Amino acid sequence: MPRAWLRHACRSQQRKLMSATTDGMEEIVKEFLAESAEGLDLLDRDLVELERDPTSRERLAEIFRAVHTIKGSSGMLGYSKLESVAHAGECLLGQLRDGKLALNPALTSALLAMVDALRGLLNMIERTGSEGSNDCSAVVQLLEDLPGGSSTPRVTVSSGVGRDVGAENPLGEKSAAGTTIRVDVGLIDRMMDLAGELVLARNQTLRFTSLQTDHAILNAAQRLKRITTDMQEAVMKARLQPMGSVWNQFPRLARDLASSGGKQITVEMEGSEIELDRGMIEAIKDPLTHILRNAIDHGIETPEQRARAAKPAVGRLRFCAFHREGRVHVEISDDGAGINPARVRQCALERGLITAEQAAGMGEQQLANLVFAPGFSTAEKVTNVSGRGVGLDVVKINIEKIGGIVDLQSVTGQGTTVHIRIPLTLAILPALIVSSAGQRFAIPQVNVVEVVRLEATSGGMPIEQVCRAPVYRLRERLLPLCFLDRELHLGGKIPSDSYIAVLQAGTGRLGLVVDAVSDTEEIVVKPLGQQLRAISCYAGAAILGDGQVVLILDVAGLAQRTGVVTDARRQPPNLEVATKSGGDWGAQSWLVFWGTAGSRFALPLSAVARLEEIPAERIERSAGREVVQCRGEIMPLLRVSRLFHEPEQDRELLQVAVLHESGVTAGLVLDLIEDIVEETVELRGELRSDLLQGSAVIRERVADVINVKEVLARVTGPPPAEQWPGACKT
Amino acid sequence: MSADCRFCTFYLDRLWFGIAAERVQEVISSPAITPVPLAPRAVAGLINLRGQIVTVIDLPRRLGIGHRGRTPPAIVVVRSENALVGLLVEQVDEVLEVLENTSEAAPNNLPVESRELVAAVCKLPRRLLHLLDLDKALGDDSREVRTGKGVK
Repeated sequence: MPRAWLRHACRSQQRKLMSATTDGMEEIVKEFLAESAEGLDLLDRDLVELERDPTSRERLAEIFRAVHTIKGSSGMLGYSKLESVAHAGECLLGQLRDGKLALNPALTSALLAMVDALRGLLNMIERTGSEGSNDCSAVVQLLEDLPGGSSTPRVTVSSGVGRDVGAENPLGEKSAAGTTIRVDVGLIDRMMDLAGELVLARNQTLRFTSLQTDHAILNAAQRLKRITTDMQEAVMKARLQPMGSVWNQFPRLARDLASSGGKQITVEMEGSEIELDRGMIEAIKDPLTHILRNAIDHGIETPEQRARAAKPAVGRLRFCAFHREGRVHVEISDDGAGINPARVRQCALERGLITAEQAAGMGEQQLANLVFAPGFSTAEKVTNVSGRGVGLDVVKINIEKIGGIVDLQSVTGQGTTVHIRIPLTLAILPALIVSSAGQRFAIPQVNVVEVVRLEATSGGMPIEQVCRAPVYRLRERLLPLCFLDRELHLGGKIPSDSYIAVLQAGTGRLGLVVDAVSDTEEIVVKPLGQQLRAISCYAGAAILGDGQVVLILDVAGLAQRTGVVTDARRQPPNLEVATKSGGDWGAQSWLVFWGTAGSRFALPLSAVARLEEIPAERIERSAGREVVQCRGEIMPLLRVSRLFHEPEQDRELLQVAVLHESGVTAGLVLDLIEDIVEETVELRGELRSDLLQGSAVIRERVADVINVKEVLARVTGPPPAEQWPGACKT
Repeated sequence: MSADCRFCTFYLDRLWFGIAAERVQEVISSPAITPVPLAPRAVAGLINLRGQIVTVIDLPRRLGIGHRGRTPPAIVVVRSENALVGLLVEQVDEVLEVLENTSEAAPNNLPVESRELVAAVCKLPRRLLHLLDLDKALGDDSREVRTGKGVK
């Protein structure tokens, strides 16, 4: 196999070259290029920020420093064009810093042009190794021709001052650089792959050792387990990048787009520090850029239009990122014209995306979400920014490809919010293993809301039909069902007992009927081969601890196949909500349930690991507490009725919410579950017990919000007494 | 003689096939295959090859020839563009070196399914070796995927 050998030989040659760092010049240039590119990205952002707040001396100093560094390094490496452009820019910046000039749009544009020129030169050096023959004198001229440009004697003075300032800084930067190193991305990816393999090997080992009784082996296995988990976490952390690394270029992009469209825009960002897996950052870069282009091109109006609508002339574009429920949420909201549902309907009809009947049955938000349909574009004129009929559909496809969900809310005349939810990482995720017709499948845990057991024999709720579509009454709401065996043509017979995995697909829910639910397992997601990628039901495949391959179900794909349309809940674009979401109480999912004495409670769903129904006879007692055996563990039970001194009701089947927080697990016995509600709540009212965080209005009725931490403390704390301290009778 | 003319040979329903030996990574015997519901008919499933998930193509089905189903199948793992793909075959035979002038294009009377996959036929003493066009055999048969999905 000579070709393979050759390839191998080439690769090892490359490796040798890479490790031969003694030939330092190439390395230095590489380093210089990487650092300068980063510096320029920051410059883009800083310059736009500076334009908004021209008095910020700090920012100005930072810009000055960055340009100065590039100038210094390029001079040292003998890149004279780079040096001359940076020098011209530095002179201008020096005057700005000394207050001899005031920033105006023309100046900003000139400085941005300088950044572009620098970037062009750096790219040229990266590609060809030299600055090339491009003429940069035009940019230098532009910078020098501005009032107070560099040809006056004052300038030499100010650039001299600049040199002094700059000279201090490289030292300061170096001390910071001592704690960080640059690592080749390929190496990190390789480490990630290896960590994935290690997880598999650990799972296999644990499976073997679970049959052992030798303490030494068990201890070693436990250590392996812990170290692998830590290792995996550490490698994942190494791959994290802050959201800012994508966002930093947005203010500049927005400025360019806005000025070419005769619009005025401020860009606000919150959550730049939120970190995401490198793969994710790469994957959301283009979609986010596209949404930004769309918002500016189609969303935000011209100042005249805005004036007519009694809005401030300057449009707002807001990027907001935050963690919630194990996912990263990104919201892009604008206060533009919003999406006109009538126009969307007309457009979708014209393009044959929907039928007239379908259109008649669609709500405003559903119509608005049609902009994600392939081949949809409402732009009346095609601009060079966006509106070529490709775009938002690609955004949706790309987001969904990485396991994300995108939807959109729009209020005509007030603005649009695009909401993206993405998993933290691409590579390793907890999954629920289910089986159907003898075959196992994995469902990503993030999609699983709860698991309901369907008992054919003991008089539980049966499956009902609506126009021959199977549904299940879950807490008095109809849940559309999908039988996995039928959907995948597995052709097994339906067993007497089965389970419904309630899955979140976009904003809709879907009940997946399976034969059995086994375990949750951490799986390493591997992509499917090209022969299988066209099947929308699978998100990939994984190897379980026993070495068997399972398919990972793509919940969004399944929902689409079964026609469970995602209906966006009616919500105004939450510019304002997002502003507040820095706190803990933004839109959050709540488990709402009733106490026996008519009081209504809410639990943050993030603290609920799962919901179970436990027959009363399974309750045992241990150390004065009620406990129940659950998945091989002993789980303490707490009754809401006892915690809040409400009359107890004897039930044969107990509804239990399994709470899990900071390593403590306990079952909370509830009386009657109302629903799971996603809502932004505001806590108010005084506390009638330390077990409560306060009261809130959820679905227009008052509910007491349970303090999970305090409740769980009852499990770890002293054994139960007759009267709980701190709780008073209601 | 260039290495391109070495072929890894195997049997399918008593027919003798060869694929370019340089593309073959290894041969494994009957591992557990996880079926993929809704997959194109030619996909047999997925196997775990030392931690790597490899798609296995049911070669007899791809060629439109029946399974004999007697001998436990073997899997020939071949390198595709950037992934490994397994080929389900019945029985692996020797690696042969074939002289270029012994082969000619496949005759026109082949069954439809085989016609585009059999690149050439080698006239060896007493028997004919069917040379497979590996890339076509591995290519995704997107028509099948789509019909397999049962679009709603």
